[in-house]
Amino acid sequence: MSKPRIAVHKFSSCDGCQLAFLNAGEDLLTLGALVDIRHFLEAGFAEEGAEVDIAFVEGSISTPDEVERIRRVRANSRHLVTLGACATAGGLQALRNLDDSNEDWKQAIYAQPEFIHTLAHAEPVHAHVKVDFELWGCPVNGRQVLAAVRQLLFGVAPLDERDKVCMECKRQHAVCVMVTQGKPCMGPVTRTGCGALCPRFGRDCYACFGPAENANTAALARRLEGLGLPPVDIARRFLFINSQAPAFREEGLRHYPPGFADD
Amino acid sequence: MKHAAFLPRHALQILLDALSGEGYRVVGPRVRDGAILYEELRDVADLPAGWRDEQQPGQYRLERTDTQRSFAWAHGPQGIKPLVFRPRESLWRVHRSADGRMAFSASIPQDPPLAVIGARACDLAALELQDRHFLESIRDPSYAAHRAGLFIVAVHCTHPASTCFCVSTGDGPRAGKGFDLALSELDEGYLIEVGSERGAHIARMLPLQLSSDEQREQAEAEIAHAAALQTRQLPGTNLRDSLFANLDHPRWREVAERCLSCGNCTSVCPTCFCHAEQDLPSLDGQSAEHVRQWDSCFSEGHSTIHGIVIRAETGQRYRQWLTHKLGSWHDQYGRSGCVGCGRCITWCPVGIDLTEEARAICGPNGEGAT
Ligand code: SF4
Ligand code: SF4
Ligand code: SF4
Ligand code: SF4
Repeated sequence: MSKPRIAVHKFSSCDGCQLAFLNAGEDLLTLGALVDIRHFLEAGFAEEGAEVDIAFVEGSISTPDEVERIRRVRANSRHLVTLGACATAGGLQALRNLDDSNEDWKQAIYAQPEFIHTLAHAEPVHAHVKVDFELWGCPVNGRQVLAAVRQLLFGVAPLDERDKVCMECKRQHAVCVMVTQGKPCMGPVTRTGCGALCPRFGRDCYACFGPAENANTAALARRLEGLGLPPVDIARRFLFINSQAPAFREEGLRHYPPGFADD
Repeated sequence: MKHAAFLPRHALQILLDALSGEGYRVVGPRVRDGAILYEELRDVADLPAGWRDEQQPGQYRLERTDTQRSFAWAHGPQGIKPLVFRPRESLWRVHRSADGRMAFSASIPQDPPLAVIGARACDLAALELQDRHFLESIRDPSYAAHRAGLFIVAVHCTHPASTCFCVSTGDGPRAGKGFDLALSELDEGYLIEVGSERGAHIARMLPLQLSSDEQREQAEAEIAHAAALQTRQLPGTNLRDSLFANLDHPRWREVAERCLSCGNCTSVCPTCFCHAEQDLPSLDGQSAEHVRQWDSCFSEGHSTIHGIVIRAETGQRYRQWLTHKLGSWHDQYGRSGCVGCGRCITWCPVGIDLTEEARAICGPNGEGAT
């Protein structure tokens, strides 16, 4: 039996999520023995048009070229799995969607903006093609990615980890930074997967894994207000890395004051 | 406390050393990250001497005071539960050999026995409930292994938090039973009571003195004072009928507006026992570990049956928490599942107070069975 073929494609992103594979150490060798890696530029495999069983996609869709390319990736892949916040919810670069400032930024930053061909909005992959499974996180981690790979190789749908960070925070014996220090922690609305990394180091979760299931964003926003956060800061807590995830987008925009972009 | 002996303050180290000498790994209260946690304790100098905990719904702060006492505080986020019902634990492993055969092996904990210093009355009452859950009907091997060796040094409460209400559940502030040794802290040292044969064995290694009438009276008075300080209470010791008569009470929807469905309350609750199990296969697919971890009725997995989430809404989840804890627990274990520690109030990020919710639903005297 031939080995399952996989590809890792990069779109608009920082390349950080692909490191979940490259930093896997011994597991990377195990993976190499289990699958046939056809395309993964960062690891030196270049066959963009290869037909594969699983395609991992990092990055959001933010240029006209990428719109075409993601369609080709989809057509060539049995399963398409997004890798991280950019591919799953637009990522940081999708902040420009909030006030349609793409043109202004282009003019302000680039010496010759006429060579920059970007879409007005940076969008998650699911806005363009069907996605079979989404891995959240900025960045994703090796445990999470390899668990999904293993489950896909077994032929089962990967377990979707949707509980709140708080539950893992308590399992890890981290001391709650909201209750003991009044820090504006996003853990109660954020999806687990990171191992409650930030609270374990005494800082507040900033929601890099996106919304958890049944997230009561309004109740958390009221709590943040009670902790003294002005509306603009509440908006920033929700509209940060996963601003295109509907639960965060809606809550963030409720607190997003007019003229926010100019302050 | 009739038979309590006196242990001078400086001699507490001898107790720690005696326990270590008998092969126990000693855990006790220490200050870490702004809270009092049970962690490895070798030196009495690491006890939280001079610290007090100021607790409010959704808020916990440690403050320095000028007392030299080491136990002049109520509690931190966890009691004994994580020592016996571990937050995450391997139950068994399976290995596939070259010929395709599967070999299963149980993961029975092999750690040295633990001695815990500073357990509170509420912790002991909760442990008794956890024992009934994990040992009585079906004996849980992992829990049993952690529990069998556990040596408990209780400390009677003298400084309850504003969130405590163990008087109203009948579980504190005095540690009545379930300990090997129990301490009352006085300025000059400790009164020590023996609760078991193992406790007597350790007590014989200590430089104990006779206690005076004044010392015993002082210790009693401090416990009585701790009871008098409590202001919160549940509207009754058995709210079962009242809760189940009010399954459609509008308060369930109202509390759902405030509740984050985050599971902090069930995670800190010393009696909650729900857990989820999961298989963690190795990447090569040749072995797997079967792991259980704390779950909560506030998670979707808790009520997912064949892909259908039975309690999708927060109101239903909050109702499950309260109707189980204060209601159907009576059917299961003949008493309420609440021992009045107040942890769920303090560690709820939005400060939801179950005594207040219970009063709103069951009426001020729990009579709301209409
Ligand atoms: S620190 Fe944050 S993630 Fe942890 S329990 Fe508190 S609110 Fe939840
Ligand atoms: S329900 Fe709350 S007060 Fe009662 S035992 Fe559990 S954590 Fe403590
Ligand atoms: S159902 Fe909820 S209240 Fe009952 S033991 Fe489980 S987590 Fe605790
Ligand atoms: S009652 Fe509080 S701690 Fe419990 S789930 Fe709701 S918000 Fe979280």
